[in-house]
Amino acid sequence: MTETAVAESPNDTAQGVRRRDFIYVAATGAAGVGAASVLVPLISQMAPSADVLAESSTEIDIGSIQPGQAIKAVFHKQPVFVRRLTPVEIAEAKKVDVASLRDPQSLEDRTKKGKEEWLITMGVCTHLGCVPLGAGEGEVKGEFGGYFCPCHGSTYDTAARIRKGPAPKNLEVPPYEFTSDTVVKIG
Amino acid sequence: MSFPWANEYKPSHPAMVWLDEKLPLPRFVYNAIGAGYPVPRNLNYMYNFGVLAGFCLVIQIVTGVVLAMHYAANTGVAFNSTEHIMRDVNWGWMLRYGHANGASAFFVVVYFHIFRGFFYGSYKAPREMIWLLGVAIFLLMMATAFMGYVLPWGQMSYWGAKVITGLFGAIPLVGEPIQTWLLGGFAPDQAALNRFFSLHFLLPFVILGVVILHIWALHIPGSTNPTGVEVKQESDTVPFHPYYTAKDGFGLGVFLIFYCAMLFFAPNALGHPDNYIPANPMQTPAHIVPEWYFWPFYAILRAFTQNFLFFPAKLMGVLAMFSSILVWFLLPWLDKSPVRSGHFRPTFRKFFWLLVIDVAVLGYCGGSPAEEPYVIISQIAALYYFAHFFIILPLVSMTEKPLPLPFSITEAVLGADEAAALAPSAAPAE
Repeated sequence: MTETAVAESPNDTAQGVRRRDFIYVAATGAAGVGAASVLVPLISQMAPSADVLAESSTEIDIGSIQPGQAIKAVFHKQPVFVRRLTPVEIAEAKKVDVASLRDPQSLEDRTKKGKEEWLITMGVCTHLGCVPLGAGEGEVKGEFGGYFCPCHGSTYDTAARIRKGPAPKNLEVPPYEFTSDTVVKIG
Repeated sequence: MSFPWANEYKPSHPAMVWLDEKLPLPRFVYNAIGAGYPVPRNLNYMYNFGVLAGFCLVIQIVTGVVLAMHYAANTGVAFNSTEHIMRDVNWGWMLRYGHANGASAFFVVVYFHIFRGFFYGSYKAPREMIWLLGVAIFLLMMATAFMGYVLPWGQMSYWGAKVITGLFGAIPLVGEPIQTWLLGGFAPDQAALNRFFSLHFLLPFVILGVVILHIWALHIPGSTNPTGVEVKQESDTVPFHPYYTAKDGFGLGVFLIFYCAMLFFAPNALGHPDNYIPANPMQTPAHIVPEWYFWPFYAILRAFTQNFLFFPAKLMGVLAMFSSILVWFLLPWLDKSPVRSGHFRPTFRKFFWLLVIDVAVLGYCGGSPAEEPYVIISQIAALYYFAHFFIILPLVSMTEKPLPLPFSITEAVLGADEAAALAPSAAPAE
């Protein structure tokens, strides 16, 4: 190949690289970068749009929730469980050896200081996103007394920590704050 | 591309001669599915299912394009527009039931087609590319079917979408951003429904393209046959038309009897009543199951309930489910036996039927609730499934002593009758 190339092209350098090669590389390179840059808008358009991302927060009146009761609210178009634990449930959650858990967290880590009877978590199973049972009146709470996901059998305890089944994480605690004794603002 | 004794296309009408010079499309069809394509003379009815799968794709495209004229991909009206099709659109009920049962029929015939390939060793050299393209078609079919099931925006639609896109959330580090990107939000909503509709319309045409490649690759070596012995002489083959157009036509009639029986007498037998409830993001149905054709893979997904080494259970389940199909890509290199057909492989044949039973057991468990004894049964069945491909097949192909093969297809069909074997052509006089 080099022999014919030398004979036909007087511009060859000693390495066998022709000046025209630069034009080939530059032209195809520029076209390639141009084509690749079109992918950015094409991929990015699939990400959540501005209205979906727009910050939303939910204020919930928790004044009427009795110990042992829970309500479901909506945050980011997904359910949130607000649960008022009974003293027995709190004791049960504290009894567990945190180090033995799949996703080690204590009840204190998962509630606000001084408000540890208020367990506020997303109602979204960390396995594949089903809504676990246990927040509604008369729903199954599973063998650890917290929540039970009917889809694939993940079982959560009274601090909504994963104890059994395929889910890898505890139910997510969303960002929230108590704006008064009876109102909590999520988001 | 074909055997040297293939009939040649000879147009007689001047218009056809003119067309043949300008665009030889009739010649192409004649050589692909006409009298110009010699096919082994001994194909049995298991070899009908490829044509039936092609027919199902046509059913789905025709009914689907028509349904899209009446459906609206908007979370506010999607459910009602589906009911509008069922109640108000002329013949809408038949078109929608035809599409929904057409998806099931498509999977039925494709599963027959795939297991036909397993039994007769259709994936072996020189036909690996046909097999690889076939697995790609199956994966595209699964994606298309999943997205189509979301469109009516009922409870099973919504929760199916949430669970399946949740699978991507299992990928370490980037999983949740990928899930959000796929859905265009934090949960299935308008963005997800609209893009699923767009892709559900597109993918069948992508499937059609890969089907054309699949058939193109098939026509290079030609079909396998139940003996697994390659075509050696003209008397081993008959022209595709009229022999197999007739045989496939008969098979199509039988298929249509079953399809119409489902469509007109049990159109909801394979569906879920929950999908006649509008999607509700606040409440999960008590028992989420995918459509029946995903059950075996769903059982493998759910079989992982404990973390394993550094892998969380969720990731293991997702990897196993995808691997259970991706392993088919490796099949031509896992089964090294030089004998193709299961007829001449006594040990392989037993394990083939065990695999069929195993997949049926997985399917049953996948459609059952996530509780004992189904969990432990699906764990054992999933283990056996992978053992079949990674341990049993390679071992069997190394140790098995196959039965003696016939010399040729003709000999297998007619015995050692010299006169029959030497007949110049099995083709009818033209």
